[in-house]
Amino acid sequence: MELLKMQNVSFSYRDKQILHDLNLSVKNGEFVTILGPSGSGKSTIFQLIGGIQTPYMGSIILEGEEITGDRGHISYMPQSPSLLPWRTIIQNVLLGQELQAKKDYKKADEMLQRAGLLEYRNAYPHELSGGMKQRVAFLRALLSPQPIICLDEPFSALDELTRQEMQLWLLSIWEQYKKTIIFVTHNIEEALFLSDRIFVLSAKPARIKQEVVVPFLRPRDEEMLFTGEFLQHKKMIHDLLRKG
Amino acid sequence: MIHKLPKGWRPILVLLLLFIGWEFTVRISEVPTWLLPTPLQIFNELINGWSSVSVHLFSTIQLILLGFFSGVTVGLLTAFILHNIPFLKESFYPLLILSQNIPIIVLAPLLVIWFGFGLLPKLIVITLVCFFPITISAMDGFRQVAPELFHYMHMAGATKRQLFWKLELPFALPSIFSGLKISATYSVMGAVISEWLGSENGIGVYMTLSSSSFRTDRVFVAIFLIMALSLLFFIMINWLERFVIRWKAEGENHGAS
Repeated sequence: MELLKMQNVSFSYRDKQILHDLNLSVKNGEFVTILGPSGSGKSTIFQLIGGIQTPYMGSIILEGEEITGDRGHISYMPQSPSLLPWRTIIQNVLLGQELQAKKDYKKADEMLQRAGLLEYRNAYPHELSGGMKQRVAFLRALLSPQPIICLDEPFSALDELTRQEMQLWLLSIWEQYKKTIIFVTHNIEEALFLSDRIFVLSAKPARIKQEVVVPFLRPRDEEMLFTGEFLQHKKMIHDLLRKG
Repeated sequence: MIHKLPKGWRPILVLLLLFIGWEFTVRISEVPTWLLPTPLQIFNELINGWSSVSVHLFSTIQLILLGFFSGVTVGLLTAFILHNIPFLKESFYPLLILSQNIPIIVLAPLLVIWFGFGLLPKLIVITLVCFFPITISAMDGFRQVAPELFHYMHMAGATKRQLFWKLELPFALPSIFSGLKISATYSVMGAVISEWLGSENGIGVYMTLSSSSFRTDRVFVAIFLIMALSLLFFIMINWLERFVIRWKAEGENHGAS
């Protein structure tokens, strides 16, 4: 069943065309990545789904209902952790839920436990490392009651090793909860490693150039990154992006 | 040796030296007491006259607290309203600044003519000197909320009300506390000035009475009490700040993390 659909969505900002006739759909429980070069309008897609911006054409449909220009239907994890510095970790994790519904401490605690963050339950964000903060930000999104999570280049500010560690961690948590995820990145390897399907974007104005179905089985591990099939896919997508 | 002294020993030493210098200069040059008393004479007057001074002191403390709370309330309300209604901010911001240019000494007698000798004109004076730093610092705090936090809250579908209570207000708290500290010291001065308007008790009254009867030692007692009150008040707000804002890292600016 299709959970989210974007139909013929076009968007321009200050007379500049950013998105052109975008069509994509996401099924329930899927991990979908939107891959595109920097500045191609990837984050704009999230702003449209999140209702902060409104397209001049087309519509966005979630669970059969039109949500174009309407806020609060998705949960979100931004590029920077954006934790509230005056809240403890547990209170930060509960924030997304708190904005929409009632706080569920039991579930939050259970999540912290599974994510290996329980010992930081009552710590403040400034006491955590960058990677740890991103984990908290992801749990916050995961605990929010909305059916779909949008991740906006969440690991781009981390160093290579932490990034890989975070990707593995993300998959392990995600496989337990199986929530629908839309992931935005400019990193081909990251896209291939994480997702079920990849939408490759062209440069401005962004269109969907191709949809790539990722054939690798789950659970996935780092070894996969060095297989011939993986490198083949990487090259294929690389060439796609190159052609502009 | 130096490491074993209490933390604030430097300013205390400076003050002590100042007093000693004062004491000896006045004694050696034989300045008459009504012109300039020595620190010891002032201290004696404080101890001996405590029973009458204390009445004035407590009446002033009461006035300060009342005035401060009224100033804080008005200050925060003004900040809240101006922040949330942009066109009001545009129209009233200059007026706010002008309100601080009114010479209180001139305004005070007028207030008595309009409102009589009761509590009201005094509260108006204190509120007028108190609310401004709080309004300005609160508005600055609201304005400086980190954009990425705003972005997250918008994407997560926060309502305008949630934005204020869960993001803008807590973010502005450190800034508001800076304003509170300034206002706390202002409120002491404001209270003394307002007592000059005409009051039965209060340090301001005690001061004018002493001054007109050439009891310079008592004038100095009043001065030192006012200073002590300001300091005490400042320390209390500081303490409250540490209690309320426990999340700040040592030496970190408030910002997103």
